[in-house]
Amino acid sequence: MQQGKISIQNLDLHFGKHHILKNVNIEIPENQLTVILGPSGCGKTTLMKTLNRLVELEETVKINGKIFLDNEDILNTDKDVTEIRKKMGLLSQRPAPLPMSIFNNIAYGLRINGISGRRKLAPLVEKYLRQVNLWDEVKDRLKDPATRLSIGQQQRLCLARGLAVNPEIILADEPTSALDPLSASIVEKQFAELKKDYTLVMVTHVLRQARRIADYVVFMYLGEVIEQGPVKEFFENPKMEKTREYLKGAFN
Amino acid sequence: MWRKIEEKVFYYLMIISTVSLGLLLVLIVATIVYRGLPYLSWEMISQTPKGGYYFGREGGILNAIIGSLYLSSGAVIIALVISLPVSLAMNIHLKRRKKLVNGLRFILDLLWGIPSIVYGAFGFTLMIYLGIKASLLAGIITVAFFILPIMIRSMDEVMKNVPLSLIESAFALGSTRSEVAFKVMVRQTFPGIITAVLLAFGRGIGDVAAVLFTTGYTDNIPTSLMQQTATLPLAVFFQLGSPIPEVQNRAYAAALILTIIILVVSISTRYFGKRFRKTLIK
Repeated sequence: MQQGKISIQNLDLHFGKHHILKNVNIEIPENQLTVILGPSGCGKTTLMKTLNRLVELEETVKINGKIFLDNEDILNTDKDVTEIRKKMGLLSQRPAPLPMSIFNNIAYGLRINGISGRRKLAPLVEKYLRQVNLWDEVKDRLKDPATRLSIGQQQRLCLARGLAVNPEIILADEPTSALDPLSASIVEKQFAELKKDYTLVMVTHVLRQARRIADYVVFMYLGEVIEQGPVKEFFENPKMEKTREYLKGAFN
Repeated sequence: MWRKIEEKVFYYLMIISTVSLGLLLVLIVATIVYRGLPYLSWEMISQTPKGGYYFGREGGILNAIIGSLYLSSGAVIIALVISLPVSLAMNIHLKRRKKLVNGLRFILDLLWGIPSIVYGAFGFTLMIYLGIKASLLAGIITVAFFILPIMIRSMDEVMKNVPLSLIESAFALGSTRSEVAFKVMVRQTFPGIITAVLLAFGRGIGDVAAVLFTTGYTDNIPTSLMQQTATLPLAVFFQLGSPIPEVQNRAYAAALILTIIILVVSISTRYFGKRFRKTLIK
């Protein structure tokens, strides 16, 4: 039985002897922004990387449980993992542009999806750069290395790069934590717009940010989901004692 | 009080060590230049030895120059074709198999440490087994074996230091492992790959023991892989032992040319290490 776009059921994850995620059950609603909230080291980032199965790059990881995306179990499947990853764009804490030009950073995702030739690529690159409001800032220097951009611009470039793979879901791991306030608010605004077409999942430990932009909140503590619910309910009427303590700032 | 003395002692110790190192380098280069430069004429680098490399008083060392370049280039190409996939696999495809990769690194480090004469002996045995005579081909294969661990480990060392976030973000876009390897990793480590290749080339061209039994020696420039070939280190080795002064002079000229080639390679290694960096992620 699945209610959300993504349904995480009885998920357990170990790194060697460490039990990182403990019986996690989450329903992530479609076309909304879900915020995963919690203090550092509670397994938020690991949870994100489990969704697109990046966590499998780690040596000693053991995963049990199910993750359904549109009623299809993406953990226990023969399907190629690259197909699953293409459905989810990932935005990490610090932007990680590819070691190539601005143009090629976007074109990379298009190329691995079989689109080639400058005539086909150029309009698409423009489209995705416009979508993140970066086009006007970089249109005259598309051949410059992506590393010449400011951190805030790089993060938007990474967002555009993720969108170019045509995902259904955008995962963002504290996407604004390394950015200056202005860049951060630009990214936040873009998230609000992206909700129309994508399902967004964002990790943060900033309460105010969660309150400002979330539709649905999941609160995690030490690898467990303590509470989840719509943002209003979560902040105004938390049910669990731990949540109340956290909202009061007890863990920070 | 004691700390001050200690400080002084170590300070002067370091100065002495550094100066003696510099002096040694200057002495070596000066000796080679002093003995080689007077004989480094156009004839020397444009002619093969006349009347035999050991007794002939005329001619130059073109056979050794061309032979060395053929030999090292061939060996570097073979080693590169093997090294690049191996180092990429170690850092991408086998990333989860840390024990295996570390075992591989250990073995490669051992192979790096084996003296080149052992590679020479191994190449010699292999030659006999395969029925190949001493030839350019046998030399190329032996030197390729010898520089293979150097090349793999140098590439591996650069690839190991690529930030995980970069690899992750490439995977997150839905890249296959080969796409991450050849489109992201190779691009990010390109200067390092060039450095590894040049380093291996320098080691290959300067080595005498690996080719002592395997290439033979000849006055002619080889025109096929199956012919014997001269190399610069062998030209030094054989001709320096000659009682004839003109032949000895050829040995010093060969040493000087070898030094110049290695110097050029070292400098371009540093140059390429610094260039091509503008698109790279730090």
